[in-house]
Amino acid sequence: MSRIGVFICYCGSNIAGTVDVEAVAEMARTLPDVVHVETNKYTCSDPGQEGVRNAIISHEIDRVVVAACSPRMHEPTWRKLLADTPVNPYMLEVANIREQCSWVHKDREVATAKAMDLVKMAVAKVARLQPLHSTEIPVHKKALVIGGGIAGMQTALDIADAGFKVTIVERETSLGGKMVMLDKTFPTMDCSACICTPKMSEVGNHPNITVKSYSEVENVSGYIGNFEVTIREKAKYIDYNLCTGCGACETKCPQKVVNDFEQGMSERTAIYKMFPQAVPAKPVIDAAHCRKLAQGKCGVCAKVCPTGAINYEDEDKLTTETYGAVVFATGYKLIDWKPLYPEYGGGAYPDVITGLQFERLVNASGPTEGHILRPSDNSEPKDVVIIKCVGSRDPNKGKAYCSRACCMYSAKHAHQYLDKVPDGRCYVFYMDVRTPGKGYDEFYMNTLHDGAQYIRGRVSKIYQEGGKLICKGEDTLTSQQVTVEADMVVLETAMVPADGIDELAAKFTVGRDADSWLVEAHAKLRPVETNTAGIYLAGTCQGPKDIPDSVCQAGAAASKVIGLLNKDVLQSNPQISHVNEAICQGDGACVGICPYGAIQIVQKTFRENSRKVTRPVAQVNPGLCQGCGACTVTCRAGAMDLLGYTNESIMREVDALCQW
Amino acid sequence: MSVVEANKTAQVGVPDSWEPKVIAFCCHWCTYTGADLAGLNRMNYPANVRVLRIPCSGRMNPQYVIEALNKGCDGVLVCGCHPGDCHYVTGNYYARRRMMIFKRLLEYEGLEPERFQVRWISGAEAGKFRDTVMSVVEQVRALGPLNLTREIPQFELPAVPDGQEAFNAVPEEVMPEEVSA
Amino acid sequence: MMKYAYFPGCSAETTGKSFTISTSYVADKIGVELVEIPDWNCCGTSAAALTSPELAVALPARSLAISERELPGLDVVAPCAGCYRSLKASLAYARESQENRDQIKRIINAPYEAKADVLTLLEVFESDDVREAITAKVQRKLRCLKVACYYGCAMVRPADVCECDNVEDPQQMDELMRLIGAEPVSWAFKTECCGAAQQMTVPVQAKPMIERIFQNAAANGADCIVTSCPLCMLNLDMREAEINAARVARGEEPFDIPCYYFTELIGLAMGAEPDEVGIGIHFHPAKTLLLQRELDALELEYAENEARAAEERKKAEMAAKIAAKKAEKAAKAAAAKSTDVAAEAEEVAR
Repeated sequence: MSRIGVFICYCGSNIAGTVDVEAVAEMARTLPDVVHVETNKYTCSDPGQEGVRNAIISHEIDRVVVAACSPRMHEPTWRKLLADTPVNPYMLEVANIREQCSWVHKDREVATAKAMDLVKMAVAKVARLQPLHSTEIPVHKKALVIGGGIAGMQTALDIADAGFKVTIVERETSLGGKMVMLDKTFPTMDCSACICTPKMSEVGNHPNITVKSYSEVENVSGYIGNFEVTIREKAKYIDYNLCTGCGACETKCPQKVVNDFEQGMSERTAIYKMFPQAVPAKPVIDAAHCRKLAQGKCGVCAKVCPTGAINYEDEDKLTTETYGAVVFATGYKLIDWKPLYPEYGGGAYPDVITGLQFERLVNASGPTEGHILRPSDNSEPKDVVIIKCVGSRDPNKGKAYCSRACCMYSAKHAHQYLDKVPDGRCYVFYMDVRTPGKGYDEFYMNTLHDGAQYIRGRVSKIYQEGGKLICKGEDTLTSQQVTVEADMVVLETAMVPADGIDELAAKFTVGRDADSWLVEAHAKLRPVETNTAGIYLAGTCQGPKDIPDSVCQAGAAASKVIGLLNKDVLQSNPQISHVNEAICQGDGACVGICPYGAIQIVQKTFRENSRKVTRPVAQVNPGLCQGCGACTVTCRAGAMDLLGYTNESIMREVDALCQW
Repeated sequence: MSVVEANKTAQVGVPDSWEPKVIAFCCHWCTYTGADLAGLNRMNYPANVRVLRIPCSGRMNPQYVIEALNKGCDGVLVCGCHPGDCHYVTGNYYARRRMMIFKRLLEYEGLEPERFQVRWISGAEAGKFRDTVMSVVEQVRALGPLNLTREIPQFELPAVPDGQEAFNAVPEEVMPEEVSA
Repeated sequence: MMKYAYFPGCSAETTGKSFTISTSYVADKIGVELVEIPDWNCCGTSAAALTSPELAVALPARSLAISERELPGLDVVAPCAGCYRSLKASLAYARESQENRDQIKRIINAPYEAKADVLTLLEVFESDDVREAITAKVQRKLRCLKVACYYGCAMVRPADVCECDNVEDPQQMDELMRLIGAEPVSWAFKTECCGAAQQMTVPVQAKPMIERIFQNAAANGADCIVTSCPLCMLNLDMREAEINAARVARGEEPFDIPCYYFTELIGLAMGAEPDEVGIGIHFHPAKTLLLQRELDALELEYAENEARAAEERKKAEMAAKIAAKKAEKAAKAAAAKSTDVAAEAEEVAR
């Protein structure tokens, strides 16, 4: 037998002005199980709350109905109040007789009748509620950052500086990501390596940061505060405890391989560091190309290594650790333009290069030591065409979105070229010039001042004739066909998510959009969270952006992680889905429908008709379930119910309403 | 006699004092918020509607609608977030699919389409909430009371065992020795 | 025996005559039967599209409907690229929906279900059977002939209608040319518009369109242009002289790049005389180059034979030398042995 207390608020004249509060109270007294009804001028005030507390004690109330303002306003207040009393905080129902009654109706009689109904409804519901208890979820005070580019490094540093342990998983052999490949950064023209490599060594030396290079996430289970992550560290064939990074092996290795870091414009050895300032500053052996590992012959590196660090027997290592939070900082790659743009030669012309290749060409530590020389014949190009939006803003061939950084870095490329080749000519074909950002438009104007020719239009065709690349396009401002005979063409290609993002995101049940960018929880208000609690986004994995934006987002993600790791335990929301295992058929309809991957089918043994029966049943992970209730409707057996909004309580609410 | 025909015959004796009853199932995150905003803006709308709060339109079980119509409501309104805006990512998509099929079923059974409506109203659309309520109430008023001549069999919920101990089916592993013996 | 419904198009008996002649020559040889669609009509080309969109789909559909009735089960071949594009666009429209088909049926007043496919001649030649047949019939390979395969614009665009997977760099014709021993060059104007439609109206814009096709072919080392479109052929072949005159007036080198249909070259490789496949009726002289290249091929063959013979001679000499050395060694060994034996004998005697 439940004992319900009903507390009706005047809210000054806000409610009492339209609703006859005493009449509502009178009616409430007649409702079944109601043992106490009280009205109050301001129930939410301190004396009002005290009144509720006293009434609960003196009338041994075990369920509470508050008829007052919207539950969106004061439900948390009442829950907090009840936590100090013998009443369970979830044995509460709020009747919204202000926002949805007294404020929207003028007729006193009508409004009073409606208020009565709302109270009836709340009483009917509260009678069917069950006490709920939030469980405490422990938080492992350790974060995992996936990706060691600028966003990943910044996130890791910020978290580590706050005193928490961080592990960075980096797929490549060194930290640095795309930023370390760049020559200069707009709009200040800081040398990219000069500002990126100190961050790399800071990360490498930070006592709270563990860098797992040449590693990938293999497997994930668990939920916020408790992600169990298995990391595969690929065989490096070098004992990093012995290796001093002297580089003797690299100079003697006879096998030459195309250098991906230099965008295929030079060669490296099979035992290699990605670049001289790599962190960790130790080489790995590229097993696919090493003569010893592939053919069993050679072994030069082992002979020249002064510390005996080479180990051809090395194998992949799997380690599993628990993390409280995970940050995705997986970054981007450039779209593979070659199959998409046969009209630009589809890769047949060596002097049609990408922006990233240009970055390496102009970089002092690049393949040409910073001299701008075109790849085909190492001559200095006197006419350079830059084409923007290759793959971006092109839904027919590439992507519909704008890649955001290209307007600025193409202006930077034009500026750098004109700076290094003063007698050169530079033509930039553009659709629009988009330069919102601090100091950005000024930078673009400077580039125009340098003499870059901006032509508004796309290039329709590039072909080679007499050692020149003929670029045909249209100047849409003058409606004239334009032909430029160029020595080199730079394509500013679209950003697309890094390889393998679909598989990785699926492991963490992080949502992706149609282009595989990871989806934030809310485009405006929760830009670094994902829909999976405890997983955050930093940098370009969420969408194209430039370095300042990536760093900003990294800091934001870090602050979210710090906020989470600061807690020892999390209070789970107890208003979540619940399985009635007695009638669950284990067909898993609920599993597919859950947007959070919170439901699993497990085998359980039951005692049914004095026999042991093992059968599949659904199991809700309280750490993942957010309480939307989509699964409850899909369950054919009706085994799934949402605590706090159970089928029965809603049905009784409906019944109560229908009596009006 | 179909439901509609029965309804039409029933119209004859409608008292002047009859007021339509409409129940609105509203998602906590959007329409319920919009309804609150309508209150804050002191908008006026007919009191014939009663709002029942659900956490998400994806929680909306068709059996609630049957119960409401069966127990004397004249119309039912289900409101959720605009497609693409669900607080729980996909709940309103499920709602859209389920309610669309269910609406067809109700119409096949003879219910007038105006008596069961689904609308997407965001937390900012107080005006849209008011307009929706007004138009639904007027449409239902024009149809007159819903007079079901035949009982729609009441959907019986699976029996919920009494008391806390039976709240959960007890798995074998955690059963005390003497119980399983 | 492969059988197709044949839509000749209006150029077949006029400007594209040599295409018709060479096609029937090659088709005969390789066992492809082309049955002309009875009472076919003009495909409508760009003129119909400018008049009314309904006319543009209905005109080709009438011929296709006749083919469907009279030649059931046969796919339609349209050698002319312009005809192909019109027929294919009409077919794509008809296949889009039942409503579209009903609309066409109403206009042409005949049953039409859009069953048969529309193919270019190149697509017919793509099949393995045809390739094998060509390989079997080739009598002399057109070695030393560097060809720029020119597909034109109408066979590949619009890409979704023509279902072409490589709009910028198609390969079918290049592969056929390789099959008969010619050497296709890699160039950039394979599917560029030749400006045929504008030659009469805006020659100032259209002339350079032809010129740069020749220009790029020459720059990439092509001897000739090979095409599969009568309109491109007419345009390039007929206007080369005009272009050359303008070039000479500007003080530039004139081009000497004859144009051929790909079927002409295949016929030639199968042993036809140039006149048999229509090469004699081109505007730009087209026989000299072939003779020249034939001589080159003979020379090349001779040189290759010489080289092979020299190689063999060298090998033989080497073998002989090795044999001689071996024999010498053996003789020495034998001599040594015999002296040993003699010495032994002496010893024994002593």
